[in-house]
This record gives sequence, C-alpha cells and structure tokens, in this order.
Amino acid sequence: MTVDLKEKPPLGRVIVITSGKGGVGKTTSSAAISAGLAKQGHKTVVIDFDVGLRNLDMTMGCERRVVFDFINVIQGDARLKQALIRDKRLENLSILPTSQTRDKNALTKEGVEKVLDELKQEFDYIICDSPAGIEHGAQMAMYFADEAVVVTNPEVSSVRDSDRVLGLLNSQTRRAETANAEPVKAQVLLTRHDPARVQSGEMMTVDDVLEILAVPLLGVIPESPAILRASNTGTPVVLDQPSIAGRAYEDAVRRLTGTEVEMRIEGERRPRLFQRLFGRAS
Amino acid sequence: MSLFSFARKQRRPKSAQTAKDRLQILLAHERSRGGADETDYLPMLQRDIVAAIRKYVAIREQDVEIRMERGEKMSSLEINIEMPRPTPS
Ligand SMILES: Nc1ncnc2c1ncn2[C@@H]1O[C@H](COP(=O)(O)OP(=O)(O)OP(=O)(O)O)[C@@H](O)[C@H]1O
Ligand SMILES: [Mg+2]
Repeated sequence: MTVDLKEKPPLGRVIVITSGKGGVGKTTSSAAISAGLAKQGHKTVVIDFDVGLRNLDMTMGCERRVVFDFINVIQGDARLKQALIRDKRLENLSILPTSQTRDKNALTKEGVEKVLDELKQEFDYIICDSPAGIEHGAQMAMYFADEAVVVTNPEVSSVRDSDRVLGLLNSQTRRAETANAEPVKAQVLLTRHDPARVQSGEMMTVDDVLEILAVPLLGVIPESPAILRASNTGTPVVLDQPSIAGRAYEDAVRRLTGTEVEMRIEGERRPRLFQRLFGRAS
Repeated sequence: MSLFSFARKQRRPKSAQTAKDRLQILLAHERSRGGADETDYLPMLQRDIVAAIRKYVAIREQDVEIRMERGEKMSSLEINIEMPRPTPS
C-alpha cells in the first residue's frame, strides 16, 4: 500500500484549521488530523501559523528538536528541508514549527505561497494550524487553502466567530479571488461537545449549530479527558491510548479523505437536520 | 505485590508529571536567553560553518544539515556535512 502511494504524485491538498475564536481546539485538531492522515498512509505535513506563540511543537511532542522554523524558511535563512521535523512515531508525518521571536508580519503572501508550493511537491496533505482571530496571521493561514476545517464549540461566541470565518473563506482567499475557481470547501468540526449538557438543555445541539452555520459537518469531538492527557505527553490524541475523542478524530479524518463514515455522536441520538445537511454535501 | 505495582507505575507514569517535566526542560532553555529563542543564532552558525568549510572543500549550502535535541542537563547539536565525492583524476 505504501508503495502504491509513493508511485502516485503527491495530492498537495492544503487544509486550514481555523476558528476565529481562540482556545476552541485548533491546535489539538491540527495535531490529531495530521497524525490521523499520516497513520492512514498519507504523506502529511502540519504547519504552525501562530507566529510568536509556538505551540504546535509541544502538542506534537517535538519541542526539543526545533532548529529552524517557517519564518527562517520564508526569509531565506534556512531551507525547507532543514526546518521540517520528522515525526518519530510516523514516518509519513512532518512538522513545520513557527518562530517564537518574530511577529506575524514576517508572514508574507509570497513567502507562504513559495513554501506551500514546495511542500505540495512532496506531501499529500498540508495542514495549516491557524492562529486565533481574523487578522493577518489567520488570513495568511487560510489564503491558499483548498479546504477549511472550521473548529467550533457549541457556545455562542464560538459559533458567531465561525460564521465570520466562513465569510472570510468565501471572500479573502485565493480561491475566492480567482474567477471560475471552486470555492474553499469548508466543513465544521464541532469540538468539546458534551452530550450530557446537551441532554440537560445547557448546550446547543449539533443540529442547532449546523442550522446556524449551514455548512457540512466533518465530525463531532466530545469533551474528553483524553485530550489533556495527550497534550501533557505531547502525543496527538489519535496516537495515544484508545479514547472516544481519538476515535471521533479518526472518523473525521476518514471523511476528510472522502470515505463515508457514519456520524456517531457518543451518547447522543443522531439528529435529523445534520443528516440532511451532510447528505446534501457528500 | 508491591514490586508489581511499582513496575506498573514505571510503565505508565502520570501524564501531569510528564507535562511538568517537559515544560521545565523547555522553559529552562527558553529563559536562558532572556526570553528570546535560544536557537536564534543557528542560521548565523550555519552560515559560518559553511564559510569555514568552504575554505578547504567546495560544499554547497544545502549539504549542511543541523539537528538539535534539547535535554535536561545538556543539549546536543548534530551537524552533518555532506562532502562532495572526490573527483577522479
Ligand atoms: N475535545 C476536548 N476536550 C477537552 N479539552 C479540549 C478539547 N479540545 C481542546 N481542549 C483543550 O482546550 C484548550 C485549547 O485547545 P487548543 O490549544 O487546541 O486550542 P486553539 O484553538 O489552538 O487555541 P489558540 O486559539 O490559542 O491557538 C487546550 O487546553 C486543550 O487541551
Ligand atoms: Mg492554537
């Protein structure tokens, strides 16, 4: 199987993990999704766009091995190959860490494009971990995306910010600016979902959120202690000991690669509306 | 009995302790240069190494590979230089 994949040219698909609101689970999801893709045999690289607040390296567990970073490559101080850190667990997985000392303006459209073009020559999936907000850093992370995973918590400010980000994906990206190009394919990843609190009426349902955002659902990740444990040890949750959250991420990854996987929301019955939305999109 | 539980503890340490250990090592390095990235000098170091070796051997920029592993007591910097094949005379 690996031989098959190697003979094909790389897919070179750019996927941004974004949200608007901070702290909703972008970096956790970037780590889980990239590790999940690599685990399934796809050559994958995950890039930290959160310039100044390097965090992806800790989540991936490679913080002690960072030498050069994304900004060094953009500014010509290092070659891309030198800055890429190969994951010690999965040979298909590489990490491109960001700079801790520069500011976001070090990210230029031309620089980002050059790096992405070079990565497309080698990787099937290029996962871009966006910073929070809708400013320059977030815009650079989404600009060249083919697809977007909009990480959303079932909570008002997160849903509102996701809506704004969906608007930006439809207007402030290369695909949006290119005539006749397909728009960025955006999907919602609902994270920190708590079935018990949905049951008691404290938390919006998956249905509620999708009715408002009206984009397809990539998956539902439960609020889970497995996430904290995985981040403590620097292990993407799909590579840690089996957990419901890990399985939910693996399902989401399979959907991302075009496999139809039944949506399971642990502890919750499947609502009808998202069935419709999801069915329409796929 | 106690030996058994000791062995189990060793195999699966509590993740919070791992988190603390990782942070302590990382932050010690980060703070050592006044909050700045302690590896900020690496691009310059690389340039100097290439320049020094070029005095004797014709190598290219991309023939130098630098790897680092930060440890608790010490860090290791690994520099690999791919030397050109000797030209047949
Ligand atoms: N499903 C989950 N269950 C429990 N905790 C979670 C879950 N997802 C994320 N978290 C926790 O939420 C916090 C924020 O996660 P993360 O850093 O991934 O968010 P982020 O969107 O990348 O943040 P930022 O906007 O600052 O970049 C972390 O402490 C993480 O462990
Ligand atoms: Mg983050």
